[in-house]
Amino acid sequence: MTASVIELPVTAADRRIARLAAAAVGLSLVDAAIPTPLPGVKPGLANIVTLLVLHRYGWGTAAWVTGLRVVAGSILLGQFLAPGFFLSLTGAVASLLVLAGARHLPARHFGPVSWSLLAALAHIGGQLLLARAWLIPHDGVFLLAPLFAAAAVVFGTANGLIVARLLAEAPLAEKTHA
Amino acid sequence: MAPLPAPLRERLSPWLALLRPGDWGVFLAAALAAGGSFPLFWQGGLAERAVIRQEGAIFAQVDLHARRRIEVAGPLGTTVIAIEPGRARVVSDPGPRQYCVRQGWLSRPGEIAICAPNRVSLAIAGRTKAYDSLSY
Repeated sequence: MTASVIELPVTAADRRIARLAAAAVGLSLVDAAIPTPLPGVKPGLANIVTLLVLHRYGWGTAAWVTGLRVVAGSILLGQFLAPGFFLSLTGAVASLLVLAGARHLPARHFGPVSWSLLAALAHIGGQLLLARAWLIPHDGVFLLAPLFAAAAVVFGTANGLIVARLLAEAPLAEKTHA
Repeated sequence: MAPLPAPLRERLSPWLALLRPGDWGVFLAAALAAGGSFPLFWQGGLAERAVIRQEGAIFAQVDLHARRRIEVAGPLGTTVIAIEPGRARVVSDPGPRQYCVRQGWLSRPGEIAICAPNRVSLAIAGRTKAYDSLSY
């Protein structure tokens, strides 16, 4: 009797997603290592990868890369299924939903900075709503909203500029991801 | 925009060139929304009215626009309240401990000065009702 072998065919697209997700996980570890004055205020560097992937390979790939990043990143940080995991999952889902619309904005007028800003605001919006609904069921959490919104504007702009610059410098080179 | 020193401008210009016209619009809208959220979430709106109560019943509601003096009669005597644009205070009260007088000017929604012995209170109200206590 031969042992049955299950082969999972791996396509080039799968490998690409894995590679990009690994880059995103690396950046989210960097993110977690940066000290912040307020929990929840983070640069969100991994979103740079999400936006690059969205621009180059489309929304589906971006969603895969982001989902893998959230899960693998939280496992590496020991946060898997902890509240922080659900917060970052909610933020990621909210910003992906907004990006699904934002990517159809006319490219002549709206670039990665717009995408990044909208995604960052959606991210904190989703997180605040989850926090209000589940973790801290009191309107007091909204006292943090202005600080989060200000951070989203600052970091959203910065990340968007980085994405725009990477796209301008290396429109085709794959190596900018690694 | 204030003129930036030349070296800084030189370093910024390649970054600014990456912004498309709509990006500026999105950035300004986001910055305005973030800036506007501070008064919205932190103050419960602006101080708009002073609500004066005597024996728990509303004695007067005054818009905080003009300068005014209001005298409220209570069981011990007369409590004098001063209204000014954006703020209000208890000026004098016949009560023995003078807590409400010493509180000074009230200018944020939800603030309240209570002259308990004379059964007069002065509260500031905004557009939205702010909490004067939290129980959870």
